[in-house]
Amino acid sequence: MVRLLTALALGTAALLAPALAGAQDTPPSPEAQFTEECSACHLAFPAFFLPKESWSAIMNDLPNHFGEDASLDNDAMTAIEGYLVKHAARSNRRAFRKYDLETAPPLRITELGWFVHEHSNEVSRAAKKRAGTMTNCAACHRGAERGYFDDD
Amino acid sequence: MKHRYLACFLAPSVLLAIATTPALAQDTSPAAQIEAFSLEAGRAADAEAGKAFFLASHSGGKPDTPSCTTCHTMDPTKGGQARTGKPIEPMASSVNPARFTDSAKITKWFRRNCNSVLGRECTAGEKADVLAWLNSL
Ligand code: HEC
Repeated sequence: MVRLLTALALGTAALLAPALAGAQDTPPSPEAQFTEECSACHLAFPAFFLPKESWSAIMNDLPNHFGEDASLDNDAMTAIEGYLVKHAARSNRRAFRKYDLETAPPLRITELGWFVHEHSNEVSRAAKKRAGTMTNCAACHRGAERGYFDDD
Repeated sequence: MKHRYLACFLAPSVLLAIATTPALAQDTSPAAQIEAFSLEAGRAADAEAGKAFFLASHSGGKPDTPSCTTCHTMDPTKGGQARTGKPIEPMASSVNPARFTDSAKITKWFRRNCNSVLGRECTAGEKADVLAWLNSL
């Protein structure tokens, strides 16, 4: 009997746990919020393209986001910044050496040395026209939404 | 005995599960939104005024986004595109029934886009007018 009751109690606890967590109206995971919010106007760029200093600078100036107001409520902002910082590129990578990350981190992936180099000769004029801007990764990189860019 | 215990444990968890089912994103309709904005504005929505507002070039906002049509095009039954080139689904609810069915989404984008285009929030009247036009096409 005791064993049965213990089993029941444990089983119920397992059932209750998610319900209780839900009681605080759990928001979607930071990653889900990142994907949802950052993909409305462009690809949700993989966090590993920029160091955490860049992501914090970007997330702290969303009302002036590359010429647009992309403001978010504070909860979403905090969650998404946390996600980006956690998955950011290491700040000491060679690609970022020429930047003073504390005061002027890079804000545009398209301006990074390796990006310019990779796209300098091999992108045809037709491909550029189709994409419209260099920010439109998915126009040419079919795996871009999954973080896969090596298909050129 | 066994059953009573079961009931004690299970009843609250079932109740909780019901009470905490997340609110659906699809929580409103174009008509309900137009009505709410009209009520707030204290006047009926005017689709023609909404059309003029949506198609006009405004000043006071950010230089790269003078008009709603910068991204949504002059014909809302067609798709537009963000400044990055990423496509935007049509705004007219007749061709895109998912439009204006999520109140948080509507609030967020009016806040952002009115600030980008006009440098201020849109008034309730302007929102009612724009939605009335986009819902009439
Ligand atoms: C810089 C580009 C841009 C401009 C300019 C712009 N929008 Fe948008 N708008 C978007 C994007 C991107 C979305 C979200 C994607 C989607 O809903 O397809 C959106 C969504 C919306 C929504 C939410 C639609 C829904 O389904 O709930 C409304 C309302 C809206 N815009 C109105 C306007 C109005 C009014 C203007 C002019 C004052 C305007 N927009 C200007 C890009 C823009």
